[in-house]
This record gives sequence, structure tokens and C-alpha cells, in this order.
Amino acid sequence: MEEIGNLFTGFATVLRPFNIMVMVLGIVLGVVIGVLPGLGGANGVAILLPLTFSMSPTSAIIMLSCIYWGALFGGAITSILFNIPGEPWSVATTFDGHPMAQQGKAGEALTAAFTSSFVGALFAVVVITLIAPLVAKFALQFGPAEKFAVYFLAFCSFVGMSKEPPSKTVAAMMIGFALASVGLDSMTGQLRLTFGIETLLTGFDFLIAVIGLFGIGEILLTMEEGLSFKGKSAKINARVVWETWKELPRYWVTSLRSCIIGCWMGVTPAGATPASFMSYGIAKRLSKRGRNFGNGEIEGVVAPETAAHAAGTSALLPMLALGVPGSPTAAVLLGGLLIWGLQPGPMLFVEQKDFVWGLIASMYLGNIVGLIIVLTTVPLLAAILRIPFSIIAPIILVLCAIGAYTVHNSTFDVVMMLVFGVVGYLLKKCNYPLAPLVLAIVLGDKAEEAFRQSLLASQGSLGIFWSNGLVGTIMALGLIALFWTAIQTGWTRLAAKPAV
Amino acid sequence: MFNARICARSFLGAALLIGSFAAAPAVAAWEPTRPVEFIIPAGTGGGADIMARTIQGIVTKHNLMKQPMVVINKAGGAGGEGFLDVKNSRNNPHKIVITLSNLFTTPLATGIPFSYKDLTPVAMLALDEFILWVNASSPHKTVKDFLAAAKAANGTFKMGGTGSKQEDQIITEAIQKSSGAKFIYIPQSGGGAVAVQLVGGHIDSTVNNPNEAVSHWRGGSVRPLCVFDSKPLPYDEKIAGDLGWNSVPTCKSQGLDTEYLMLRGIFMSPGATKDQVEYYIELFKKVRATPEWADLMKSGAFNQTFMVGDEYAKWVAVEEKRHQDLMKDAGFLASQ
Repeated sequence: MEEIGNLFTGFATVLRPFNIMVMVLGIVLGVVIGVLPGLGGANGVAILLPLTFSMSPTSAIIMLSCIYWGALFGGAITSILFNIPGEPWSVATTFDGHPMAQQGKAGEALTAAFTSSFVGALFAVVVITLIAPLVAKFALQFGPAEKFAVYFLAFCSFVGMSKEPPSKTVAAMMIGFALASVGLDSMTGQLRLTFGIETLLTGFDFLIAVIGLFGIGEILLTMEEGLSFKGKSAKINARVVWETWKELPRYWVTSLRSCIIGCWMGVTPAGATPASFMSYGIAKRLSKRGRNFGNGEIEGVVAPETAAHAAGTSALLPMLALGVPGSPTAAVLLGGLLIWGLQPGPMLFVEQKDFVWGLIASMYLGNIVGLIIVLTTVPLLAAILRIPFSIIAPIILVLCAIGAYTVHNSTFDVVMMLVFGVVGYLLKKCNYPLAPLVLAIVLGDKAEEAFRQSLLASQGSLGIFWSNGLVGTIMALGLIALFWTAIQTGWTRLAAKPAV
Repeated sequence: MFNARICARSFLGAALLIGSFAAAPAVAAWEPTRPVEFIIPAGTGGGADIMARTIQGIVTKHNLMKQPMVVINKAGGAGGEGFLDVKNSRNNPHKIVITLSNLFTTPLATGIPFSYKDLTPVAMLALDEFILWVNASSPHKTVKDFLAAAKAANGTFKMGGTGSKQEDQIITEAIQKSSGAKFIYIPQSGGGAVAVQLVGGHIDSTVNNPNEAVSHWRGGSVRPLCVFDSKPLPYDEKIAGDLGWNSVPTCKSQGLDTEYLMLRGIFMSPGATKDQVEYYIELFKKVRATPEWADLMKSGAFNQTFMVGDEYAKWVAVEEKRHQDLMKDAGFLASQ
């Protein structure tokens, strides 16, 4: 129970008036950063890093981690209101969040998203508090083969759990893989599919694809429907938070499942994006109202948000214990630690106890403060949708363009964004799902890297994916997920037989 | 939303303004008139990134510059993205870039239209060392044992490193050439990831930079075998038990005749004037005089050679030739 004692010392440090002020400031800045597409958590933290140099290391890390929380919360706002995910892990939130906003239920969707984020993050912090040393050891078991198995599981569960015909899901995924392979081939150090064009050197950035596919595509679709934005009916209702909260406990099973998926994916270095997709896919299959997913089901917001935040939070642990950042934002936080002379790694927990437990205590309090702050903005944000579409559409377009431009400071990316917008519109018209495409762009190159690293190590033998219990289990789970529909049908038949 | 962003900006601006009242009067004739972009042609968390972010911290903390310094990672295409960006910013003195060996290796391996000659050299800040590491539970205590085992394993020993056809793989090639042992080289995305793969036992050895592996050495999970420099490292602080950087022998003394040091230097955009180069040289001299810089040098066990002007330009030219030869031997050139 030494951990609990350390944690209370941490709380004592964090609860100084100055630190609480820093915390509120950090959350507000973070939300602003999260709302602006393209600015993103990593850039925001980087810009604000110098602000913290005048503070003590503990205050500084509280401020930075609160910006991080704020940005995580903020990412959900644009996903729900405008169908523009600011971060990879907000993509799954748009599936049901945006339809809800279109039906005039933006307040409910935002409340559900914020509350679920809070629950997921809190669950992960408790896990960190209780089993920190074990978790770090578990993360070490992940070599290339195990990493590939986790990505394999994410892709398979998407194909198997999807309601669309598998052929369309696979087709969309393959387009994503093709786009992900443009740029440098990290295994041979040579350029692929760039056709000598310098701007293609960096490949297709996820953010540009997503801003185009979702944001611009959505505007095109709405325009076709005659510029009538259904969100007009959104009512300002200060009590929306309470009313949604009354409804949320019903989804405790989904919530708990998503927490566990999130923590597991966060600790295995797969991260928040596959966690949110997997959690959404599984909830869609297992929920009683699964058939209605995609049409504005509140459970479809709860599942991905909970998992993403559980994963995002638990991913900080490998960063502190092993020194490998799980996300760009975490990498900037890592840079901050180094400036104060704190070397992340296995010795940080032994040598810098005050700091580590101060950070963990600030995770608890930062989340609570963050939840209160963002919930107060819900009625205000929901009111944005009352603005007529003909006014809001140009503003969204400008925001999208700024977002795409800031990724690499390149006008070519703005053009790419528009191209993706048209592609997104066409795919939607032909009923191809966009999510597998996005998932493949985000994870395609990582999965390829892990796959080829494994084969290099095994000298070409595929047996490496069954070479130990851990990797074998994950691969088997992946195959089960892939053929889930077939297995289910078979099972129903078998179960029906004796009755006949 | 825009207002909020402007608020955040002006808040930051105010903070910097307050800071700049304390700034010392500048010596150089030219001074930046807008924020200076500091490009890192590599990802977050690596050696170049850590150094650049530390410099940014030092410049801000000690008010060494009236304008803010903004650090930007442009890692795409093995750093090609960053180098091309600086190359295409002719006559923009507000853009500097920190280099690693990909200054030479990226254009050679990928054939992108870029050469170090396109940039204006400013200063060599330090040289980064390379060390041969094995897992602490490995039975190989000396380089001789390790190489003998690698030879006996008949090409199944796995060497992990950062990127493909870059410094880590070049060193691996050099080790193979001078020892006759064969390795499977497994490229990873960054130095931190390489170290963790070694700790997890997924690879047999690495040639990590000191600061990429030091925390794991302190934690007792990896062991250094030798350093790829001509003389042992001068840092005598104890890191793991009785051992410090100075107790790591040179590879040459252990019968492995391979040396490699990596440039950590600064270049700026083409077309810079003498005054502008002079300004940045003075800036980095001030950075080097701070205690934070000394700490970075010590924790990363850097070789603290500092060079500017012609001496620096000549060093870079020799190094480029050497990389071309090494990569040609290994068959890594884009034209091969």
C-alpha cells in the first residue's frame, strides 16, 4: 500500500492554489487547441511549452498534462458538431455523434462524449495507480510480431464486426493501405509511389485525409440536400447535462468493456486509435440496439470515447517507464521532462517519486476539473448549430483549410484536402464505409513495418506469428473476429439442431 | 474560436515580452525580426529532437533571443522533407536546421534533389557517440565473446537500429566488414524504440547513442560493450554501480576496428549573409556556455568538438565523401 501513501503526498502537492489555477488555465487552453483542427495537441503543447519554464517542474507538468487533457476533451467537439475529427481517435466518435447533432441532440452527444472520456481516463488512472510496475513489464513483451498481431486484430475485428458487406469494407481498407504506402519505405530507406514529386515525399497525412473525407465530404452532402441543416432545431437547454446523465448508467456494460479494451490497447503500444475503433465495432455487434448504430445512437458515442481515453491515459505509463512516447503529444511532454532534467525510463519511478506521484495525482484532479469546465460549455457549443448552414459552411471550410495547411505548412495539402473531400462524397454516395479507409491510413504503415520486421527476424517464416502464447492468442482472436459472422451462423445452426 | 486562439497567442506574446525586458543587449549587427523556425529533420523523441528542444528551452529560459524560437519536426522521407524545406527557403534567415547523419545518407539512399552544399553551414555543436549494447542477461561480456558468438550463430544474430540505410545500418555494415560476423539488421522507427526492443529481448544487440540507452543502463537492463570512438569517453560520473561512461573501452582496443561519430550541427537556409551566420554562431556560443547545455553533454556523453566557418565546412565535405564510400561499399546508393 506504499502506492496509496505516495499518491496522497501527490495530492497534497497538487492542491496548492497556484497549481489549481495552473490546472484550470491548462484545461481551457487545451480545449481551445483541441477544437481548432490541425493545430492538434502536439503543436499546442509545443507552442505553450516555453510558458512553463518559469514554473517549478511539478507546476509545469501539471500545466502541460492539463493542456493534454483539455485537447483530448476538445477533439470530440468538432467531431460531433461538424463531422471533423481533430485527432485520429476522434474518428469513431463522428459515426454516431454527428448524426445525433444533426437530429438536434448535440447537447446529449457532447455530454455523453465528455462523461465517457472522463470515465475512461479515470479507470486508466486507477489501473496505473494499482499496477504500474506490472504494466511496464507487460509492455516489454511486445516485439514486432506481437505488435503486428494487435494491428491484425484491429483490422479483423473491423471487417468481421462491420454491418456493411465485407467486400466493401475490405475494398475501402485496401484504398487506405495503398495511400499509407506512399512516401518513404522505412524498411529499405527508399521512396515508393512518389513519382518524383517532392511533396509526396511525406506520404498522405492522416489529418488531411480525414479533414477532406469527413469535413469537406459532409459539406458537399449537405449542399446536395439543399443547404438545409437539420441541426436548426437544437434547443438551448441548460438541463441537458443532467438529463443525459440520467440515461448514461444504462450503458455501464459497454462502458466497462470499453475501459478494458482501452487500457489493454494503451499498454500494448497500439494506442488510442485502434482502441476506439475496436470498442465501437464490438459495441455495435453486442449491443441490443446495434442495428441502429450509425444513425445517432448514444451508445455509439460512449464506446469509442471511453476506450480512446482509457488508452490515451494508460499509454502515458509506458512513456514514463520506458521512455518511448505513444503519441506526438506525449513526445512533446517527454521533451518537457528532459528540460527539467527528468530522464524518463525505468529509474524515474525509483528516483523521482515526488514527481511521478504528483503527475498521477494531477491526472485525477485534472480530469475532474476538465470535466466540470467542458460540461459548462455544452449548451453554448450546442447553440452553434442554430447558426444557418449558409453562414457556418464557409467558416467550416476556412477552418478545414487552415487545419490542412498547418500540418506541413504546405498549400499542396489544401488541394489534397479538397480532392479527399470529393472522394469522400463519392464513396458515401456509393455506400462504401469511410472508417476502414481511415483506419488503414492511420495504422497501415505501422502494421506493415511490424510485419516486415517480424519476417526479417524470423528469416521469412510466418511461424513467428504463432511462436509464443501471447502472439498466438492475439492472432487467434483476430481470426475469430474476422470470421465472426460465419461462426455465429454456424453456432446458431448447431444449437438449433437438437431441437429439430 | 478564433478569438480564443488570438487570446492564447497574445497571452504567449505578453509572457515573452515580459521576459525580453531582462535580455542582454545584442552584439551582432543582424538580428531576427520574426520568430525563428528551428527545423528537425527527424521525429519526436530522438537524439536530434531532444537536443533541439533543449536548445529551445535554453534560449527561452536565458532570453538569448528577442524573437521566439519555434521547433518544428519535419521527419517525412527520412528527413528529406525538412532539408528540402530549408533548401527552398533561400534568403530567409529565420530558418535553421539541426542535422544528423541523414544530411548525407538521405539524398544518397533516396536520390532526392538535395545536397549539404545547398545549405549555409553555421556551426558544429557536438558529435554524438555510438556504443555497442547487449541485453544485461546476455552471456557475452566482451566484444570478443560477442563477435565469436555472432560468427558461430551463422548470420542469425539480430541487430536493431534506427531507420534503414542510415547511420546505425552503416555501422552494422562496418562491423560485419571488419569482424566477418553477419547480422540481420532490423530497422525501427526511433532510438528509444530500439532500446526497448533490446530490453525486451527481441533483438540481440544495438548501436544506440549513449542518451538513447542510458536510462536502461542505469536500470540494469542493458550492458555497453564498446564505444566507436578513437579514445574512451571523458565522463567519470558513476552511472551503473561502479561503472561510468569512462569505463566503456573503445572498440578498437577490443579488436573491432570501427569508428563512427555523428554530426550534431546547425545549417541555415541558402543565401544567408555573413552577419546572419555570425549572429547564429554567437547565439550558439551563448547556448554552449549555459549549465543546461553542460548537463545535456554529460547525460548524453557527447564529444564536445565545436567548429565554425571554413574548418566546419571542410569537416562536412570530408564526412560526405566518407559516407558516399561507405554506402557505395554496402550497396546502399539509390543509383545502384
